[in-house]
Amino acid sequence: MAQILVIAAHPQLEHSRTTRRLLQAAVEIDPARVAVRDLYSLYPDYLVDVAAEQAALATARLVVWLHPVHWYSMPPLMKLWLDEVFAFRWAYGPGGRALYGKHLWLVASTGGLEDSYRPDGYNRYFFDAFLHPYDQTAALTGMRWLPPLLLHGAHQADEAALQAHAALFAQLLQSWPAWPEIDAMQAAPVCNVPGDARPVEPN
Amino acid sequence: MDDAHGWLNSTLVYLAAAVVAVPLARLLGLGSIIGYLAAGIAIGPWGLQLVTDPKAMLGFAEFGVVLMLFLVGLELEPRRLWSLRRPIFGWGSVQLFGSALLIGGVALASGVDWRLALVAGLGLGMSSTAIGLGVLHERNLMPTTAGRNVLSVSLLQDVAAIPVLALLPLLAVAGAAGSVEAGGAGGGWLGAAKALGVIAAIIFGGRLLLRPALRWIARSETPEIFTAAALLLVVATAALMHSVGLSMALGAFLAGVLLADSEYRRELETDIEPFKGLLLGLFFIAVGMSIDFAVVARNPGLIAAVVASFVLIKAGVLWAMARTMPVPLAERPVFVVLLAQGGEFGFVVFQTAMGARLIEPEAASLLLAAVALSMLLTPLLLVLSDRWLVPRLALMSVRAAGPALDEIHDEQHAPIIICGFGRYGQIVGRLINAGGLTATVLEHDAEQLEAVRRFGWPAFYGDATRLDLLRMAGAAKARVIVVAMDDSVQCLALVDLAQQHFAQATLVVRARNATDWSALHLRGVQHIERETLDAALMSGRSVLQAMGWQPHAARTQALRFRQHSIELMKVMAPHLGDEKKLIAVAKQGRAQLEETWARERAERQAASRRPGWHPDDGSPD
Repeated sequence: MAQILVIAAHPQLEHSRTTRRLLQAAVEIDPARVAVRDLYSLYPDYLVDVAAEQAALATARLVVWLHPVHWYSMPPLMKLWLDEVFAFRWAYGPGGRALYGKHLWLVASTGGLEDSYRPDGYNRYFFDAFLHPYDQTAALTGMRWLPPLLLHGAHQADEAALQAHAALFAQLLQSWPAWPEIDAMQAAPVCNVPGDARPVEPN
Repeated sequence: MDDAHGWLNSTLVYLAAAVVAVPLARLLGLGSIIGYLAAGIAIGPWGLQLVTDPKAMLGFAEFGVVLMLFLVGLELEPRRLWSLRRPIFGWGSVQLFGSALLIGGVALASGVDWRLALVAGLGLGMSSTAIGLGVLHERNLMPTTAGRNVLSVSLLQDVAAIPVLALLPLLAVAGAAGSVEAGGAGGGWLGAAKALGVIAAIIFGGRLLLRPALRWIARSETPEIFTAAALLLVVATAALMHSVGLSMALGAFLAGVLLADSEYRRELETDIEPFKGLLLGLFFIAVGMSIDFAVVARNPGLIAAVVASFVLIKAGVLWAMARTMPVPLAERPVFVVLLAQGGEFGFVVFQTAMGARLIEPEAASLLLAAVALSMLLTPLLLVLSDRWLVPRLALMSVRAAGPALDEIHDEQHAPIIICGFGRYGQIVGRLINAGGLTATVLEHDAEQLEAVRRFGWPAFYGDATRLDLLRMAGAAKARVIVVAMDDSVQCLALVDLAQQHFAQATLVVRARNATDWSALHLRGVQHIERETLDAALMSGRSVLQAMGWQPHAARTQALRFRQHSIELMKVMAPHLGDEKKLIAVAKQGRAQLEETWARERAERQAASRRPGWHPDDGSPD
């Protein structure tokens, strides 16, 4: 079973420059190492097969989220995937340790240039500020949050830059977990959600 | 002792003849009917002389025709029969009286006595229900236009036989001295009242008493008693009709129609089927035996002329009817051949006429021989038309069926071919057209095609199950072939053809029901849609919403149900495939539906208890 699982989401892949290239790079790696799930092609009707997704996650040790940043966040189908697949008592809460100890790595692209993500830019915040929900999602589920791979100004990037970016992505997928950053990381924070934090289940 | 011995002997002869001759005929590609006829000739008075009294056997074997009409009736719900009233009374009358008039006219013109001409016209105008419906069943042609029309015409002949038989003795009185009692519904008004009373009794009795009675018998759970009851039902109806001088077959047909929508339809069908088959076989054997070769040998030229002229006249009338109705070009030969021969009613008409001394015994046996020979001719003509005429006609309907229909003349190059442009295909076509794609459209129904054309679609006329036509439509290079015809048999045939010859094309197929879906799934088709599934799910969604469900919850429920239903279908498909017999599959259908529902409920209950995906779980907040 593949130990790396790439969860990709792009609502308009036919118009994509970056995500499509990265997706291609991931698919070209030995499927025994990297499994790719393209959410918009798997679930065009937004009906996520939760059991299948949880089964795919169970065997992975590195989970990669590959998507463009839309409105400072993930595309809607990916959010739905997250809502339904990272279930209470499975991903978090009492007994919810299915993802514990896995690595979570965000690979994202933005239309805005890096300069726009500054207090004096039109996006007003450093990009890190928009990553808190991701970081905390990893923490709540006991996953290790790896430093994201970002491409800013994706609309303006030229062919060479895109190719270099895709090559870097492929190389990092190949070399994981032998990354210098991983050795330098601190222990993951511990977040326990009490059992009464959710509504009581029927029956 | 002697009697029992004779019975044993003749059974031995009949069964042995059938068992030897029928497989032999089928091996030669001639069909089973010709096998039975040949067997009859072989064992009859002019062959090995193993049986010498064909008349008695014929009377007994005619019951096969009665059973067959009961089965035909079982397939026709009263509502469908009512919708056939125009073809039955309109086209049926055109066939019978048109043919009778022409045949009688020709006979008169060649200097025959007017009574003989009239009797010959009416008797030879009748066709053989046994052959017509038998072949339709054997080839599974009942649902085609030709099949429906053959049935309509046969039914009218059954109805018309009553007044015709009643008329003959009256004619005899008008012509010379004769006795009235030989006729059918004899007894004038009283007879008519009796006949109406019996029909009314059958209809009301069938509606009110039959079903409870069958239910009571079925509860005894003794299969052979149910079979006996089924046979008793047919025999009793037939006897009742016979007692007032009506056609036994017509009575059986009525009883069948009345039971067509009952829950015992399938059981009755499976129980009666083998009896029907054997008795029909016996009937054809008897026909073969009763051909009087002495008469044939005395007047070979005359018989040949009679057979040839009456078959040709009837064929002409039928062909003209088929053109006007219209019956699709490729189905016309079957329609014409199946109704052009003389039939059982001809035998009865001639025998009655002879009994009433309307015609001479010599003329009667000549006509009887002509009818029997024409029946022998039918399977041969059918084989000829299959081998020679149908392929030519098929070609004609592509190349030169007339300028009114645009067949494909030049090879088409659109990457998509839509076969069948009715309610289903049109939606597919409009969607892809709105997406900026073009498709080559093939439609089999000329009227439908006309309507579609008015909306500006470039649709072509043609039967999409023909390889040459598909090639012309560009199937060899097409990326997608949409199979959206109404008829599931044709859909499957097209899928087989496409998989064999155009493997590069993705098949997108309409399935009429679960059985079709399974058949397509087992063929490896990836994109199959049950035509009612999505519309029904949408309605189900509306119901849930009307009952207070949130719209989005109803939508999710419907989508889940959809996926579930498709998964279940996949699980069940191989089991459906194991059942080779179509009847068994249809029987299973209902049980499987109920099982599906039960499993569905059970899984839903389990799911609502299972933690993890219930909507109430919510997300981290």
